[in-house]
Parts: sequence; C-alpha cells; structure tokens
Amino acid sequence: MGDLVGTTDKPPLADTEALVSDLLIQIERLISQNNLLQPLVVGIHTGGVWIAQIIANHLQAPLGQLNIAFYRDDFSRNGLHPQVSPSSLPFDINDRNLILVDDVIMSGRTIRAALNELFDFGRPASVSLVTLCSVNQRELPIQADACALKLDLTAGQYVQLTGPNPLTLSIIENRAS
Amino acid sequence: MSNLQLTSRGELKHFLTLAGLDRLMLERILDTADSFVVVGNQEVKKVPLLRGRTVVNLFFENSTRTRSTFELAAKRLSADVLTLDIKTSATSKGESLLDTLRNLRSMHSDMFIVRHTDSGAAHFIAEQVAPDVAIINAGDGRHAHPTQAMLDMLTIRRHKGNFEPLSVAIVGDILHSRVARDQIHALKTLGCSDIRLVGPNTLMPNSIGSMGVTTHTDMDEGIKDVDVVIMLRLQTERMASAFLPSAGEYFRLYGLTTQRLKVAKADAIVMHPGPINRGIEIESAVADGPQSMILNQVSYGIAIRMAVMSMAMSGQMQQRQALVANPTNTEAQV
Repeated sequence: MGDLVGTTDKPPLADTEALVSDLLIQIERLISQNNLLQPLVVGIHTGGVWIAQIIANHLQAPLGQLNIAFYRDDFSRNGLHPQVSPSSLPFDINDRNLILVDDVIMSGRTIRAALNELFDFGRPASVSLVTLCSVNQRELPIQADACALKLDLTAGQYVQLTGPNPLTLSIIENRAS
Repeated sequence: MSNLQLTSRGELKHFLTLAGLDRLMLERILDTADSFVVVGNQEVKKVPLLRGRTVVNLFFENSTRTRSTFELAAKRLSADVLTLDIKTSATSKGESLLDTLRNLRSMHSDMFIVRHTDSGAAHFIAEQVAPDVAIINAGDGRHAHPTQAMLDMLTIRRHKGNFEPLSVAIVGDILHSRVARDQIHALKTLGCSDIRLVGPNTLMPNSIGSMGVTTHTDMDEGIKDVDVVIMLRLQTERMASAFLPSAGEYFRLYGLTTQRLKVAKADAIVMHPGPINRGIEIESAVADGPQSMILNQVSYGIAIRMAVMSMAMSGQMQQRQALVANPTNTEAQV
C-alpha cells in the first residue's frame, strides 16, 4: 500500500465483521459451485493472512502464507521491500485447489506476483481469488471470484485493513501524493 | 567520510566489510536471508529479483565453495552469471587489473563478486573503478570475509535464537583467519557478550585484547559451557612456517573431539567454515555428528549471499533512480 505519510484516518468503512461473514458465505458457494475438493487456503502478507486464517478455520482447511516481496515488479524503481515473515506453504500444492486470499485488491500487481510465486512451488489444480475489498483501480486483467465489498476511490485514496484483532477496514487519504 | 558501502539513506549499495554496519542492518540482512532459506525448499528454487542483471564472479584467488555458492546465489536470484578465473585470463596476457575491470564494466555488468589475496581489493574496486557497479567482497587477504561471518550469524540465530545470552568460542588460527575478525565484530554488534578466542599464543593476534573478548590457550577452559563452538580451518602451510609444532600436537591440544565437546553445553552447536581437516582440527565423529552445523552452514551461505546481493542491487537501483530524477547531481544523493 506504499508509505502512508501524512495520513488521515477516517471512520471504518463498514462493519468489517459483517463483511467477513459475507465473504465466508460467498466462499462456501464458490466451493460448492466449482466443486473445489479439499481446498488449501493461502494468504498474502500481511492483511491477507489475517483473513485467510479466518477462512481456513471456517473451512477447517490447511493455511499457507505468501510473502511476495521477491516477486514484485517494482524492484528497479523501489528496490527490495523490507522483509516480513518468509513465505510458508506447509503442504504440497501440486494438483490441489487453492483459495488465494488478499485483504484488498487494487492494481492487481500483488496478485500477479503471488501467482508467479505459487507456481514456483508447484502446479495447482486451480486457484480461486478471494478478497475482502476490491477497489476499482485495476491495472492488470485480474478479478476476484469472491469479494465482500466493491469500492470506487479517487486518486490519493487507499483502503487499509488494520488487525488482526479487531479487523477494521478504513479509507486513507494520502496527503503526500 | 560517509561509509562507501551505504547510500546516503543508509541502504547497502556494496557489501565490503561489516565495519560501519549497525545492528539494525545486520538484522535486516539476517531477516532477508531467512526468507531466502525458504526459496531453497521451493520446487523452482529461483526468485526473479535480479532478472536481466549481470553478475560477474571475479576470483583472483581460488575458493571452490565460496565461488560456487555465490554463483548459485546469483542464479537463484535469476541473474546472468559470468565466472572469471582471472589467473588464467587477460591479466596473464599483461592486461592491467584496471583495464580488465573497465572492460567488464563496459559489458554492462551490474555486480562484481570479488575475491582477492590483497586486503582492501574489493574496497579499491568500489572506490576507484566501479562506483555504479555493486561490489561484494568474497574475501580479501587477511582483512575480511563478511559473507562467511554473516552466514555463521544466520546459523547461530536459526539454531540458538537471540545472541545476548550466548557464549561463543572461536577456536584455532585466529591470527591468519580473515573470518575471525568479522565474526567477532558481528557477534559484538548483535549483542553477544561472551566471546572467547581459543588457540595457541602463536596464532593469537597481539591487538586482540582491545576487541572486548577473552582469550584462552587452554581448550577445555575456553569451550566450557559455551553454546556455540566455531572451529577455524588450520591452514597446513602454517605448519611449515613454525607457528605450530605438528598436526598431531595441534589435534591433541585444540582438536575438537566427542570427549572434549562434552565440556560445552549439552546442546551446543559446532560450526566450521570448511573445508575441514579431519583429524587435525576436528574429529570425524564431531564433524558428522548431531551437533554439527557444517552442512547447514553451506545452505545458509547461499541464502546470505542472495540477501546481500539483492540488498546491494536494491541500493544501486535507488541510486540510479535518484540520478535519473536529478541528473545534475553527480553524487546521486539518495
């Protein structure tokens, strides 16, 4: 989400708990419609992992986490991103149905990086993309299969999820930009 | 004078020495390396960070393990790698070192990995020849071998956790070891307070007392209750130069045996930079035993090298970016 220099917090967008519950219902529907047997849940650091944890608990499915820092497309411009926890996929993803989770999808570049990283671990049977919030600022042809909230934002506005307890989704105005 | 290896924002742009790097930077290197350890477990053991970059391995001195781990590290970062054995190439035809390096720079190289017998060689190249090429020191003379010291720190942190409560013994030829000095520096910077140097007086540098460590000529006393035993390689050529009586005598006094290791803590780990001299500084049963980290060190070495290479390249990128944004500023303040 970049450096949030000089930010103004706004009140929470919506009842985040209700959004999560809605997302879980959508995911159950997605799983039954597409017949996703024994899915594995993979969250993208950091917010995606919080949501993925809830989804994995709900589905009683194994949880993995991705740190996409080494797969980003802005190394030439911004250099190496500071390290959070390393990626950890404690299972074999070959021929499995994956549910890839991020908290917010904006440009789609994070998801592009995550897909590239996933395929360095193996060849899954399928990848479904789920997110709490999708912002209408896509730069790549990537769409979520399940999404609890769709937003239209103006330039300089960002959505931020804070958590993990409690999870709160808010809009941030980036004064620096 | 600002540190040659850092940008003005304090990011790495070369990796020449541990001197001048603070605890935060060393911890960032270790954190980054931790993430790269995982890459070694992927089906495709590669990340695209240095895709399209050219890394040149410049080895003026032989070192199979260091050279191959650097080469592998560069390849795992998706860089294109050229390995030059300088002794058999242009310099032997009379081309000066400077000319060789200028030629390599003109080939749009992004990074030089430098191993040289002269202290300060990597530093000289960074300063004089190629400020816009990331220089990584892969060992220079008796001066430094910073990636070796950092891979040792990674080994300790991954197996023993925080450095503060640890007792670490470094055993052997401290005097001629290019890595011991860096190890001491790194251990101190990372907060380790009990660092012991163990070896015969003839292999102990005079200035060592000022480094805030204790010295021991008695091995049992030196490794008593330590958490980590780092064995240094005994360079057999030292035997000839009268620093040491004989290999047998050395092993009797300073060789690490199963029996002697019992003096250290029961869960102590044993490290060695390799190549090991079995039966001279370390008994095979210890080298191959459950407390030995010798082969782990080799894998961690790849991760550490990936970390410093990607961090230095990152600093160079930011510097180039700043130069593009403000071309009149030749100093490229970033």
